Amino acid sequence: MAQRARRRILPGFGLSLGLSWFYLGLLVLLPLSGLFLKTFTLTWEHFWETVASPRAVAAYQLTFGASLVAALANAVFGLLVAWVLVRYRFPGKSLVDALVDLPFALPTAVAGLTLTSLYARNGWFGQYLEAAGIQVAYSWLGIVVALTFIGLPFVVRTVQPVLEDIDADVEEAAATLGATPWQTFAKVIFPSILPALLSGFTLALARAIGEYGSVVFISGNMPMRTEIVPLLIVTKLEQYDYAGATAIAVVMLTASFALLLAINLLQRWTQRRFEVRPG
Amino acid sequence: MPPSTPVSRSGSWRRHSAVLLLLPGLLLALVACSKPGASSSEPITLLNVSYDPTRELYDDFNAAFVKHWEATQGTKLSIKQSHGGSGKQARSVIDGLEADVATLALAYDMDMLHEKGGLIPKDWQSRLPNNSSPYTSTIVFVVHKGNPRGLRDWEDLVQPGVGVITPNPKTSGGARWNYLAAWGYALRKSGGDEAKAREFVASLYRNVPVLDSGARGATTTFAERGIGDVMIAWENEALLLTEEVGKDKFEIIIPSESILAEPPVTVVDKNADRRGTRAAAEAYLQYLYSEEGQTIAAKHHYRPSVQAFSAKFASHFPPVKLFTLHEVFGGWKKAQQTHFDDKGVFDQIYTPMAQ
Repeated sequence: MAQRARRRILPGFGLSLGLSWFYLGLLVLLPLSGLFLKTFTLTWEHFWETVASPRAVAAYQLTFGASLVAALANAVFGLLVAWVLVRYRFPGKSLVDALVDLPFALPTAVAGLTLTSLYARNGWFGQYLEAAGIQVAYSWLGIVVALTFIGLPFVVRTVQPVLEDIDADVEEAAATLGATPWQTFAKVIFPSILPALLSGFTLALARAIGEYGSVVFISGNMPMRTEIVPLLIVTKLEQYDYAGATAIAVVMLTASFALLLAINLLQRWTQRRFEVRPG
Repeated sequence: MPPSTPVSRSGSWRRHSAVLLLLPGLLLALVACSKPGASSSEPITLLNVSYDPTRELYDDFNAAFVKHWEATQGTKLSIKQSHGGSGKQARSVIDGLEADVATLALAYDMDMLHEKGGLIPKDWQSRLPNNSSPYTSTIVFVVHKGNPRGLRDWEDLVQPGVGVITPNPKTSGGARWNYLAAWGYALRKSGGDEAKAREFVASLYRNVPVLDSGARGATTTFAERGIGDVMIAWENEALLLTEEVGKDKFEIIIPSESILAEPPVTVVDKNADRRGTRAAAEAYLQYLYSEEGQTIAAKHHYRPSVQAFSAKFASHFPPVKLFTLHEVFGGWKKAQQTHFDDKGVFDQIYTPMAQ
């Protein structure tokens, strides 16, 4: 114990751990335990009836489904953006780099309104898409578009620094050993960025699951069809049904936590599997 | 630095934990300091917690009332206002937002201030004239200029192929009036046949392509996105759209019958008494019934509820055959339970079996 303490360069482990617990407790655990406590005011039957109603189930499917699609799209295109930003020089690069963060800065309601005006029947994109028979605004697709928009920065910003750390000579070494460009990517580069890609994916997914502000403008909010879980929670609150709202929130939270935990474990596993052990 | 001994370590830990314990105390002290003192020398501040479309109305009215108060009472007064969805605002007040007066979209939200918050007495609505509604409105239709679909009355809205825009009554308090207006019309038309009213409302909502969460969102969908042929709206919002925002693009259609929408006002007794603002709060609400208050309401497209002034502004507001919520539904509590609570009529319209 004392030995371990001496080895640390900076003092203050006790203080910083204490503060971390205090901070997390105040910001995360306290509100969440309040949430769980509130659901205990419901009887088990009532709880089940609330969370397993067809409308709630449709909303879970929509929210988790659309969030997964959006996070996957972000994983693919975010990786592409990160790659372009790290590996190439081109005019306007710093502008593109700054653009990536914009979805973070924009109030989500503004994002929702903007996207809706673009994709609505009389919008710039919408008029052509609807002519082609594709309805984006006020449909499932619109929700995916909004969730992809707000989740874009996560993958780019997690993958970018890792890509920057991979020296070009690693690729050159692979090439001199006879690897094709595809092999170099698949066996050398991809494994080392996979953990970062996964955490970016997870962050984008988590963000999408909880998103409310931008989606309500573009989704059309039709029960059973385009009603997301956060909207269902707001609907319950609007009826002063606090317990019902928290019941659905608890289900969503538990499912999200399980999902995030699973991805984190997967990430650990990939990290261990592909880790290059120094000689 | 000497090697750390257990004693000095535990000493530093104790010091650190003292800091940790102090933190919440400091936070509490800060909160306590920021609470307004009740001393009488300070200028009085009132907080009016209201719903969304009254923002401009109360901007004007607050300025007028402050002038009136300072001229008659000789003391300083400042009024703050907060706007949002009616139900959300009521919840904020129940959860502790220190509103001195509440001016919301429907009496149901006020009832909750009594029921869930214990902030106002049960009989709050009888304390001021006209069911505590200094201004009223009604539910009308907004169509595109020239009324291309020839929509004249509620019946025309349920024709197949007509796109109707109205917000979700479960998330928008204001939109509950829209729903109830349609139901009331159908019920009276059919001589009180509930099944017919239900079928009418169901086919009306089958014509709704987008259920926005609030009234302003629905206006955007209709006016900016060009979705739908007709929007069901409060008259004040409709007038705002046709006379100010979307001049020459939209017109108002008055249906043969509609509902009297009564947005109520009340002093939030518990807050006003604790903060010592009751006198100002009561005067504030009473002034809404004065000539100046009624004129400002009319200017912002609300119908003045005081007879003398409603006659004065009659030219601005066309006559409508109105029924009251109480006549048709027997009060908000019943209307809410039957229609908008979970598994109520509105939910049944949208459950797959009913379609």
